[in-house]
Amino acid sequence: MTALSVLVPLTVAMGAAGLLAFLWSMRSKQYEDLDGAAERILLEDDDATG
Amino acid sequence: MTCCASSTAAIGIGHSDGCSPEEVAFSSKELRNGVRQTTLSVPEMHCASCIRAIETALAAVDGVEAARANLSLRTVVVNWKGDRGAPPDLTGALSAVGYSSHLPTNDMGEEDRVHSHLLRALAVAGFCSMNIMLLSVSVWAGADAGTRQAFHLLSAALALPAVLYSGSAFYASAWRALVHGRMNMDVPISAGVLLSFGLSLYDAIGNAAQAYFEASTSLLFVLLGGRLLDHMMRRRAKSAVAGLARLMPQGANVVAADGSVRYVPLNEVHPASRVLVAVGSRVPTDGVVVEGRSELDSSLVTGESAWQAIDLGSQVRAGAINQGAPFVLTASVAPADSLLSEMTRMLAAAENSRSSYRRLADRAAALYAPVVHSMSLLALIGWFYGTGDIHRALTIAITVLVITCPCALGIAVPMVQVVLARRLFDRGVMATDGSAFERLAGVDTVVFDKTGTLTTGQPSLLNLDEISEKHLAIAGSMARLSNHPISWALSAAHSNSGQKLITFDETREFAGYGLEATIGADIYRLGRVEWAASAGFTSGAAELSAVSLSRNGQTMAMFTFGETLRPGAAELVKSLQAGGIDVRILSGDSKPAVARIARFLNIEGFSAGLLPGDKVTAIADLQVRGHKVLMVGDGINDAAALRAAHVSMAPSTASDIGRSAADFVFLGDSLSVVEESLEAVKKAMRLVRQNFALAVIYNTVSLPLALSGFVTPLIATVAMSSSSILVVANALRLSGGEKQMEEVRMPRPHQAVEAGA
Repeated sequence: MTALSVLVPLTVAMGAAGLLAFLWSMRSKQYEDLDGAAERILLEDDDATG
Repeated sequence: MTCCASSTAAIGIGHSDGCSPEEVAFSSKELRNGVRQTTLSVPEMHCASCIRAIETALAAVDGVEAARANLSLRTVVVNWKGDRGAPPDLTGALSAVGYSSHLPTNDMGEEDRVHSHLLRALAVAGFCSMNIMLLSVSVWAGADAGTRQAFHLLSAALALPAVLYSGSAFYASAWRALVHGRMNMDVPISAGVLLSFGLSLYDAIGNAAQAYFEASTSLLFVLLGGRLLDHMMRRRAKSAVAGLARLMPQGANVVAADGSVRYVPLNEVHPASRVLVAVGSRVPTDGVVVEGRSELDSSLVTGESAWQAIDLGSQVRAGAINQGAPFVLTASVAPADSLLSEMTRMLAAAENSRSSYRRLADRAAALYAPVVHSMSLLALIGWFYGTGDIHRALTIAITVLVITCPCALGIAVPMVQVVLARRLFDRGVMATDGSAFERLAGVDTVVFDKTGTLTTGQPSLLNLDEISEKHLAIAGSMARLSNHPISWALSAAHSNSGQKLITFDETREFAGYGLEATIGADIYRLGRVEWAASAGFTSGAAELSAVSLSRNGQTMAMFTFGETLRPGAAELVKSLQAGGIDVRILSGDSKPAVARIARFLNIEGFSAGLLPGDKVTAIADLQVRGHKVLMVGDGINDAAALRAAHVSMAPSTASDIGRSAADFVFLGDSLSVVEESLEAVKKAMRLVRQNFALAVIYNTVSLPLALSGFVTPLIATVAMSSSSILVVANALRLSGGEKQMEEVRMPRPHQAVEAGA
């Protein structure tokens, strides 16, 4: 029971973290251009900050 | 004909592709102080180096702060700061690096909002249902009473966001239907989700042996998944349509009293404003010509294929393209009152007939839901009377609801549609309305517009056999020097015949009349019949137009031009007729021109000289007599007819208003996609019917078991999910048969070219 009381909240917390990460990535427009993201990896960065 | 155009054309506006910086400015939106944002559609963007080239080219333009290309949508978003309101020349910078660009037709903002809401709802439902599943597994494995209740309460807490947030779209739609006294698919879905959540919550608090939170959450997850796929497909089609070039101008060149010309937005054009219309641009508003003479191509406005010569005092209508020389008109009405807005009003009136169509799934639900709900109610009453145990009776009633939840129905139709939409999309057919497939499947009459639909806008030489080689060589060599579409047709005929090119000592182009060339002392003229030859020479032919070639005023040859059939038009008409479909033409063009095409295509039912309202009436007449009409058209004058028809298609070259009124928009020249779409849709509807049959069989087996109390809600969920998987697998068969069809279709394009020639 004590193990469960640690592990179960941990599981849910990890799942929630995943969900929040997904919602954040959606909000920051990372799913706007999936084709473009795949191609952009081939581009050299001229500015290291970009 | 721009080479000799007067100074008025030197303003650098109205180029046929791309759009002026001023137009870009009108459609931009303000971000923060002085910085504006514009979205441009760049259809030729394909790869990483395109992204690089486009972004670099735009960033180098003065005033551009940031440019970000989107490869999926083929758009680029530019933030710019104008120099005293004057925008940078974005389209110019792009065409300098070889990309054509234009303003997208409409805003995708609403679609994007729905899409991200669905995606978020799906993510929440996924998270909740997966965690509840995990907890349920340990309960089934045999947890002691204390752990069980803790797990059930945790499940309840997890289910709450899914039921409240993810399910909201279903409840809203179900509520709307119920308020209007209708029944749709979302009513039984909402009832199933909410009731099983309610009962599980009651059980969890009472520490019963089982709770069924996973039933409601996984149901939401599966249904949202189907709905998201459906929406994604439609969004892709819509964004492809939105990416097509806007045809109507956003502004007009108004000539001020002091003679200066200023480009202003359309809403600043008033009756009596003097408007300059450049070559190649569209007339922004109805008006009267007060300066200059030219030729207008009104094919998109009225369906007339022959160009209209305009002179001082001629009436012109908004939407026509100026093909001759620049001219000035006095607006007779504000642009908002022109023909185009008249059509917009007619569209709004025609809309009602379309929205009365009820989707197949909703019609099925209207039969299905009352049966299921009364069964469930009967089970509740029956078991309560029989056993006196209200909880047992409720469980069985809910099991009936869950097991018969129209998941298979709810996901069967969208899945077939997703597969079908993708398949048609790959062939260049974009469906912008969800119920369009169902409507297309039932079609028994096809009505075509002529100009721009059965024919292309390009004229072609009709009487090639009557022309001597020498005359063709002279005319073709002269025509090469001009941009006029008739000249293109002549020089194309000349290149095909393999004649040599003649060089002239001197050539001149007279806008609106023709070309003049000299060799030694001989003066050749190619152009309008009455201009080229001083001697009277009349053409009685009903062709699009005739051009004559003369030497020193003596007519040498007459060239007559007609419309070119769209590739695939002849085969399409033939195979539609062979398939027992009634084919008709409704055209706004003159009777001889329509009759010629109708005779060529062997179409008996045609009407010519129709006004936009007449087309609507003709279609309404057909539909009153019980026909299901597919309208294929492109013009501004077709828009209301496209909306009034049972289902409609428009080529991508159609007017903006025509494209937005049609259910399907197809890319490319060939009409053969119309038949391909019809076939694919019919096949898809067979699959939908099979899916319905599967769902009915499943229900007739499971319903008695559920009613007799042998099934727990958990087993019901599993059974329901597996029926959904079966139905989805059946839907996927639609894409399986594609390869065979492609092989059969291969030889088509060649035949099409011959027919069009």
